[in-house]
Amino acid sequence: MIGITSVGAYIPRYRLSGEEIGRMWRARGRGEKAVAGYDEDTVTMSVAAALECMKGQAAPEALYYATTTAPYREKQAASIVAAACDLDKTCRTADFTNTLRAGTTALLAAVDAVKAGASSALVTASDCRVGAPMGRFESALGDGACALTIGSADLLASIEGSYSIFSEFTDVWRTEKDNFLRAGEGRFIEEVGYMATMRETLSEAMKKFSLTPADVAKVVFYAPDGRGHAAIAKGLGFDKAQVQDPLYDAIGNTGAAAALIMLVCAIEKASPGDRILFAGYGDGCDALILRVEKRPSGRTMKDRLAPKVNIDYGSYLLWRELIEVEPPSLPERPAPSLSSRWRMRKTIASLYGFKCRKCETPQLHPLGQTARVCVSCQAKDDFESYKFSDKTAKLFTYAVDILQPTKNPPGLNGVIDFDGGGRMICELTDYDLKKVQVGMPVQMTFRKMSQEKGVINYFWKAKPIE
Amino acid sequence: MESIKDKVAIIGMGCTRFGERWDAGVEDLLVEAAYEAFEDAGVAPKDMQAAWIGTVFSGMSAMTLSPLGLQFIPITRVENMCATGSEALRGAAYAVAAGVCDIALAIGVEKLKDSGLTGVRGPAVVGDNPDGSACVGSGYSAPASFAYLGTRYFHHYGIDRDEGKELLAKIAVKNHQHGSLNPKAHFHNVITVEQAVKAPIVAWPLGLFDCCGVSDGAAAAIVCRADMAKNFRSDPIYIKGMAISAGARQGSMRPEYDYVHIDENVFAAREAYAQAGVKDPRKEIACAEVHDCFSTNELIVYEDLGFSRRGGAKDDINAGAFTLQGDLPINPDGGLKCFGHPLGASGLRMLYEMYKQLQGKAGPRQVKNPRLALTHNLGGNAGAGIGCVVIVGNEK
Repeated sequence: MIGITSVGAYIPRYRLSGEEIGRMWRARGRGEKAVAGYDEDTVTMSVAAALECMKGQAAPEALYYATTTAPYREKQAASIVAAACDLDKTCRTADFTNTLRAGTTALLAAVDAVKAGASSALVTASDCRVGAPMGRFESALGDGACALTIGSADLLASIEGSYSIFSEFTDVWRTEKDNFLRAGEGRFIEEVGYMATMRETLSEAMKKFSLTPADVAKVVFYAPDGRGHAAIAKGLGFDKAQVQDPLYDAIGNTGAAAALIMLVCAIEKASPGDRILFAGYGDGCDALILRVEKRPSGRTMKDRLAPKVNIDYGSYLLWRELIEVEPPSLPERPAPSLSSRWRMRKTIASLYGFKCRKCETPQLHPLGQTARVCVSCQAKDDFESYKFSDKTAKLFTYAVDILQPTKNPPGLNGVIDFDGGGRMICELTDYDLKKVQVGMPVQMTFRKMSQEKGVINYFWKAKPIE
Repeated sequence: MESIKDKVAIIGMGCTRFGERWDAGVEDLLVEAAYEAFEDAGVAPKDMQAAWIGTVFSGMSAMTLSPLGLQFIPITRVENMCATGSEALRGAAYAVAAGVCDIALAIGVEKLKDSGLTGVRGPAVVGDNPDGSACVGSGYSAPASFAYLGTRYFHHYGIDRDEGKELLAKIAVKNHQHGSLNPKAHFHNVITVEQAVKAPIVAWPLGLFDCCGVSDGAAAAIVCRADMAKNFRSDPIYIKGMAISAGARQGSMRPEYDYVHIDENVFAAREAYAQAGVKDPRKEIACAEVHDCFSTNELIVYEDLGFSRRGGAKDDINAGAFTLQGDLPINPDGGLKCFGHPLGASGLRMLYEMYKQLQGKAGPRQVKNPRLALTHNLGGNAGAGIGCVVIVGNEK
C-alpha cells in the first residue's frame, strides 16, 4: 500500500488582520491572514515544512515542489529546497507550478514515483500570492507551506485511490507581467468554474469508489473562500462536523498549499480507520481517497499557529515590496560572486562547516573562505564535514542594530554558540525584541538574505526556539 | 630577536584639522600633514629617503603620495584596517632600524566624506569574501560588531542596562571634555552623561555618543636613526616598543572566546611592554591614546592594556582615573570620539598627541611630566582583530 508516511507544515508567525486592512481602506474586514516574513518566500517556507516532515524519516528519492509563486521564472526551486534539506544529488527534483492544483498534482506524481519503485518521495506545497491593495484578494490570500512524504511502509494514511479531471477554465490567472492575481467575474467563476468542477469530480470519485457521505469521516478540499467551501460541503450532503476547517479565517487562502495544509490538520485529528475524501482544485480537480492508519506524533497545527505576531499594514507593504522606499544611506554591498557562492555551496545550502580530525573542534569558517587550516590546532586539510543547520545553539551576545538594512527594523545580530561546539556570527529573525537575552536558545532557519541582480541569496539565520 | 627600543626617533610630526573637510581633497590633507611635519623637524621633502603611506580607501599604491612630489624614492602603500596609520609608522621605523635608510616619512590619510554616504562599509565577517565581493550579501553595521562587547560585558559582570549605559556614557563625556580643548578635533562640544545615555540608539547598547564620527584627516611622522635625532631637535621622541598582533578570527569561530577582552590587544600590549621594559603599565605609562571607535572598545582596552584589572574598568571610570585630572589620562586629545576615524590617519593622529605631550607642548591638555606614552589601535573587531601598540618616550 502507498500512502503518507510523514507530514510537516510551516505557517509564518506574522498575521495581517482584516481589521487592519479595513482600517487602511475604510472598509470592513474580518479574520486574519498569515504573512511570510520579509525574509521568507515559498522556497524558505518549503524548506521549513520539509525539514519538519523529514524528521526521523529516511531521505526521499524525489522532491516535488509545488507553488504558484516560485521565486524564479527560470531556475528550479525544488533543487534549492533539496540542497537546503541536504538531500543526495541523485534525488529527483521537479517544480509543479502555474496552477492552484499544483499541490495535489505533485502529490499524485509522488504516488506514481513510489509505485514505480522510489522508496519515498517528498512533496512540498507553498504559496505566497499577493492580491492587489484595496482589492478583493488582498485579505483573502495567506502564506504558508506544507510537506508530505509518500512511501509504502509505516503509513500515517494510505491512499486508496484517486480521480482527476482537467478543465480549461479561466477563473484566476497571472501573466508573466502581472504583479497581482486577476480573476473573472465572481458569480461566473464560482458557479460555472469552481462549484461545477468540484461537484462533478467529488461525485464521480465517490461513485468510482462506491462511497456515500456516511462512509467519509472528513472531507478536505480547496475553495476560493469560506463561503464556497461551505456551499460545496452542503451541496454534496456532508454535515458540518465532517468538513475540515479550511483555516481561512486564521491564515487565509494559502493557494497551492491550502488543501494540503487542511489535509495535515485532518490527519492529525483523525482516528485510525477514518476515511478522508480529499480534493485540490485549479484548472480541474484532483480527488483522493485516504484511509487514516495512525496519528502523527510531534507538532500539531495548533502548535504551529501558536507563535503569532500581528503586523501593521505598513510592514506588509514593505515586506511584499509593494512600495518603493528610500535606499539606506550606508554604502551598497557588492552583488554576490556566483563562483564564490558555488565554492561555498555546502555551507550556504545546508550550513556545513568542518570538524577537525585531529582536535575534533567543530568550526564554521567565514563565508567565502574554504577551511584549509584548523582554527584551533592548525592541522592542515584534515577535516570532516560537519553540519550546523540541524544544531541548536545559544545566543552568546547580541546587538540590536539600527543601521542594518532590514525590512523589519531594528536588525538583530548575534554571536551564537552551537550545542556540540562551533560558533557563528549571524543575523537573527522572528524574534520578540523584549525577550531577547544572552543565553537564549536558538535554532537555524533558511532565509532570504538579499537579492542582487535578480539572484536570491539564501542563507541561514538563527531564530528563538519557541 | 632584538627590541626596537631606542633605535628610532621621531623628529617631526604633523596633523591636519580633522572633520568634514569639504574644503580639502586627499592631496590637500597629505600636503597639510606632511609639511607641518617637515617644518617641525626642520627638514625638506628632498631629505626623505623613503616613505610609507597608509590608507584603506583613499588610494592605491605609492601613487597615493604623488601630491607631495617626492622624487624617485621608495614609497610603499600599506593597509591594515583601523591600524593602518600605525602600520605606516612600523614600515618607516623598521627600515630605519634596519639601517637601510636614515630618515623616512610615515603618513596616513583617509578622505571618507567624498563618498556621499554617512558611514563606512560594514565589517567583512558575515557573507563577504576577503576581496570585498559578497558571498551571501547579508550584513550588519560596524557599531553592531562592537555592541557585542557591551552586551556581553554587562552580562559577564552583572552590570544592569542602566548602569552599563551610564558607564559607557562616562567614557564619551570624558573624551568630549578632552576634545573641547583641541582645535584640531572634529567635535568640540562638551556633553553630559544624561545626554549620552538618552541619545538615539545606533546598535544597542551603543548610542550616538558611543560611536566615533566619520571624518577626513591626515597625520605624518618623520623618523630617523636615534643617534642622529639630536642633530634635528633637542626634544626628539624615541620609539620604545612597537607590536602588532593579528588574529585568525578565532574569537568569531571558537566558543572559548568570551567577548569581554580582545586577545589581539593583549598580545600586542604584552610584546610592546616587554620591548619597552614596562612592568606596571598603570604606573609607568603617563598617558595613552587608545582605539575608542566605540565606547565599548575603550572600556575593554583599559583592561586589555593592563590599565585596569579584569572587571575593574568600572571602578576606574567612576573614579575618573582616565580623565585629564586622573592618574592616567586616556585619549587626552579627544580620541576617535572627537576626531572621527579616518582609518589611515588615526594611528598617526594618536601618535601626534603623545609626541606633543612628551614634548610638553599639549597646551591646555598637557599631562604632568610624562616620560612614557602609548598608542593603541584595533583593526577589525572583537573576535577578528588586529591589535597594535606603540610605546614612545622622551628619554633615551
